[in-house]
Amino acid sequence: MKFKPLEILTHVILILGVLLMVLPIWFSFATSTHDNVSIMTEGMKFFLGESFTYNYNEVLNEKGGWSEEVTAARMFVNSFIMALGIATLKVVISAMSAYALVYFRFKLAVPIFWLIFITLLVPLEVRIFPSYKIVSDLGLTNTYTGLILPLVASATATFFFRQFYKTIPDELLESAKLDGANSWRFFIDFLLPLSKTMLAAMFIFMFVYGYSQYLWPLIMTTDEKYWTVVMGMKIIFTENYEGVALPRTGERFAYIILSMLPPVLVVVILQRWFIKGLIQTEK
Amino acid sequence: MVYQRINSNRKIKMSFLELQNITKIYPNGTKAVNETSLNIENGEFVVFVGPSGCGKSTLLRMIAGLEDITNGEISLDGNVINNIDPSERDVAMVFQNYALYPHMSVFNNMAYGLKNRGISKEEINNKVNDVAKLLEIDQLLTRKPSMLSGGQRQRVAMGRAIVRNPKIFLFDEPLSNLDAKLRNQMRLEIKRLQRQMGVTSIFVTHDQTEAMTLGDRIVVINNGVVEQVGTPKEIYSKPNTKFVAEFIGSPQMNLFNCIIENGIAHIADMRINLNNSTNIDDASLGIRPDDILISDNGQHTCVANLVEYLGSDMIIYSKIGDQEFSCKLSSKINLNAGDTFKFDISSTLVHLFDNTNGSRV
Repeated sequence: MKFKPLEILTHVILILGVLLMVLPIWFSFATSTHDNVSIMTEGMKFFLGESFTYNYNEVLNEKGGWSEEVTAARMFVNSFIMALGIATLKVVISAMSAYALVYFRFKLAVPIFWLIFITLLVPLEVRIFPSYKIVSDLGLTNTYTGLILPLVASATATFFFRQFYKTIPDELLESAKLDGANSWRFFIDFLLPLSKTMLAAMFIFMFVYGYSQYLWPLIMTTDEKYWTVVMGMKIIFTENYEGVALPRTGERFAYIILSMLPPVLVVVILQRWFIKGLIQTEK
Repeated sequence: MVYQRINSNRKIKMSFLELQNITKIYPNGTKAVNETSLNIENGEFVVFVGPSGCGKSTLLRMIAGLEDITNGEISLDGNVINNIDPSERDVAMVFQNYALYPHMSVFNNMAYGLKNRGISKEEINNKVNDVAKLLEIDQLLTRKPSMLSGGQRQRVAMGRAIVRNPKIFLFDEPLSNLDAKLRNQMRLEIKRLQRQMGVTSIFVTHDQTEAMTLGDRIVVINNGVVEQVGTPKEIYSKPNTKFVAEFIGSPQMNLFNCIIENGIAHIADMRINLNNSTNIDDASLGIRPDDILISDNGQHTCVANLVEYLGSDMIIYSKIGDQEFSCKLSSKINLNAGDTFKFDISSTLVHLFDNTNGSRV
């Protein structure tokens, strides 16, 4: 096989891009396997060290926080529950509201759609105080419900589902009707399987969105039992920083590496669906 | 109770499918179907034919329940179905683009309607397999629609309708997406299947060949109004209106604008004796291209402007005065463009229409 100059150039650019993405992660991982003394004296590492088990064990099981009760493992569970809840509910609610907007021709469908769309301009950060007031009035602070509920509506996802449903030919609905499908069955038997790709893609995006929430859980939770990973990143393994002990850089890198796993896992699991849907369009 | 008894008494006289004064006005004010009444008997194969936009599909969709009825009443098997949901009407429809379920296998496409009716798995299996064999698609049951050819998709769409054993089959131009050869083949097959199963069927098309070959009866529709209902033979040999005369028959019937005085039609300087005593100021005299009799001792003479050779036949285009006409004759006759030819028009073969309302005289 002969390479043309242009091909070599494009490959070089692509390889550089890959390195740019992968190297920081590799450095973090390599550094996370060293003990704190060598990191302190020698800086970031490129090769693996010997403290892998020690560091990761410390990270997962050490009780931290002011109450000295919450572990990183607990925070992973919290984040996972929150992200899962947000992603699932966002996808379900958006798919259903888009279904209503496209297939049920009620009078105000278009204004309602634009109203939903406008909420894109009002992210959680803008309405954080009223949201907090409502949630705390409902007694939902320091609960999973409180973490999840204010974030479950998604204008973006509703918009994408709406656009997708609009491309589905009317005959499909008509044919399904004649085959005895009611509107509920049409949604379950037709729209959901047909939008598998969309569902997977939306779920991935929304999971990452939920997982990376910082401000909301920070305000919402006073009980350390409900801390999330992203909050922990700021808080955990820092308490000795000002003292005489060494900064616990190894553990912190281990924590960062671990915190990346759940979103990666979700992408890996769902990408098969996602890519399959991209290759064979089913319409 | 009383009401029911009245209904059941009516049932005896009623046709299988009755349309009474059906009108459809779309929200934007377009009148698609206007005061249409029609009776269809059990087991009949009826074809709705007309130019595109004439309302034939709308009529079909109203029978299916996919379109609201603005005015009038539709009853099926003795029950008024105006307000019955399409899923409850027990009708099956084959769509122009087949509307197969893209995410389901052929088997599931056919089984879906049965599943929704709560039929047992075993029975569904049997039914689907039987119909698949009948349509020769039993090898394809596990495939997805995207892996099928046009003809195979058509068969699956038919199978999906047949397997449910509905009261009525509705076909909405199902052959128009197929190539010519396949279309003829499927046309024959639809006819054969319909005969075999004896299910009442309504077939919508704009293709007059399909209409003539498939229908027990043809309903010619124009501008939302039924122009004529009849057997293919009646429609062809005795068109009720000028529109039907022009629409059915290929090549088109020749229509000459003429004045009729005392049974003599005046077309430019040509005179045709109609052997009656009609007087019409503004009439159309119709004669089918193959009813023009060409012979060496014919009364009239014309020049062939253009000759189209079709194999066994040929079509000659000519003019009487400034009115064009065509005649179809066997290509064994030796006639070239520019030649003159002699012909007769027999009064028994002409169709007369009054131009003021387009109806037959």
